[in-house]
Amino acid sequence: MRIVALVLLAAYCLAPFLWQVVTSLKPAAELVSLPPLLPSRPSAEHYVAIFAGHPLVRIIANSAIVAACTTALALALGALAAYALSMLRVRGRAAVLGVVLAISMFPPIATVSPLFLLLSALGLRDTLAALVLTYSTFSLPLAVWLLASFFDALPRELYVAARVDGCSAFGALWRVVLPLAAPGLAAAALLVFIFAWNEFLFALAFTATEASRTLPVGIALFPGLHEVPYGEIAAASVVATVPVVALAFAFQRRIVEGLTAGAVKG
Amino acid sequence: MRLEREQPWRYLAPAGLLLALVTVYPLAHVLWLSLERRSLLDPAPPAFAGLENYARLAADERFWNALGNTAYFVGVSVSLELMLGLAFALALQRAFRGRAALYGIILLPWAVPTAVSARMWEWMFEPDIGVLNYLLGAQVNWLGSPAWALNAAVLMDVWKSTPFVALLLIAGLQSIPQDLYRAAAVDGASRWTVLTRITLPLLAPMILVALLFRTIDAFRVFDAIYVLTGGGPADSTETLSIYAYRVLFQSLEFGYGSALAVSVFALVAVFALVYRMLLRKVLP
Repeated sequence: MRIVALVLLAAYCLAPFLWQVVTSLKPAAELVSLPPLLPSRPSAEHYVAIFAGHPLVRIIANSAIVAACTTALALALGALAAYALSMLRVRGRAAVLGVVLAISMFPPIATVSPLFLLLSALGLRDTLAALVLTYSTFSLPLAVWLLASFFDALPRELYVAARVDGCSAFGALWRVVLPLAAPGLAAAALLVFIFAWNEFLFALAFTATEASRTLPVGIALFPGLHEVPYGEIAAASVVATVPVVALAFAFQRRIVEGLTAGAVKG
Repeated sequence: MRLEREQPWRYLAPAGLLLALVTVYPLAHVLWLSLERRSLLDPAPPAFAGLENYARLAADERFWNALGNTAYFVGVSVSLELMLGLAFALALQRAFRGRAALYGIILLPWAVPTAVSARMWEWMFEPDIGVLNYLLGAQVNWLGSPAWALNAAVLMDVWKSTPFVALLLIAGLQSIPQDLYRAAAVDGASRWTVLTRITLPLLAPMILVALLFRTIDAFRVFDAIYVLTGGGPADSTETLSIYAYRVLFQSLEFGYGSALAVSVFALVAVFALVYRMLLRKVLP
């Protein structure tokens, strides 16, 4: 019974992605009919096509830059705020965390029109900076909540001892709290990175050209002249998914911890 | 013990400034925009219009259609995700070898970018050469018929989000004291009694948390459906977020589009408050 349930669950989660991998390896001639389910011989033609005919490299670089900068910015600001909330004495801590939680529930569509006007006024339309600014802010609530819950798990005596030994408040954060909370930082970093890599609505609204287009938008708007180029879309999808799936497999425990801690504490 | 020069507000300020600039200020601004007659195509300066946009919204059939679609999408997908997620969580409840690898697999649907999932499913839904019709031996026009398209979107969302629900519920199950199960076994309680008298009542707070997250997330659904169907055919999959986006960025009517966006915000806020009340009741 259990084994059946496990196999079913695994198949359920994997099948659509595996089908995409199979599709990406099928020669174009075999895509127009079913059966055969599997390619007679695996072909790399779609992968060659997407890298040769499209600005895919640029788009991948955009996604990587945006996700990396977002992660760095959100973690830096999130760690400072979480440190104040859990180690320093902040009056109204519960109220601050409540406001942050409420902000995390804002639907993106509710703020996209004024943000569009704001970013246009700042001359940031169609730039990577616009995305980094938006994504860092929208992932800040998650970073603050997660890091505050990980910092809370550390004994406050560590902080007090560091201060008594002559550390400044910032020194105590940098030398004592952050190294001890490294697993928590990793969990937060993974969730923020994956969020930024996958975000779609803001990217669609704020980007106009390849200068700032990211992978989800690039794949959604994948050009097709007459028919939908399913083989090439499949190849591009695999390319876009591999980094996040690799992260998910490599760090599954941290991610699960982060996801459930974020939900439970919230 | 009192330490000198802590000045916690200096540590909160950077995050606070960014949140104020990029979330709080836009929220105030969108409320203002929703009271204006403003189009990016119209060279005339925006004019204050009072509640005109909201009056238009109340009489707009396309708005009510989008609201209905959104409600259907939320209701059906969240209930399916909860039932399936609970079944998976119960099956995986006890620790076993290879569980870590399974977690990686469970995370996959959650980790794949939603826009990419939509294109994966679009290909599987293809009526003539798609793998779903081939495996089912059916001739369903998944995305091309108004009767099926929204259900197809639900199917995709269930695939994507059930694992997340299952993970939350597994965490909830693990926090139930094992003593209760041992006591129930000693008393000779049936499996059904254990499920309905111990597991489900103690899991209730986590079920509510999962419901809260999923409802709010499903209510603001955008990428999944925008990429899968674009809101069609014949607006049969147009949700509130998609309608608002089209009015904003295709018709460039920033006044009316902002009113639609505010309606999404208001509805999400109501959900959040109701769940918060429920959670307060359930939690000791």
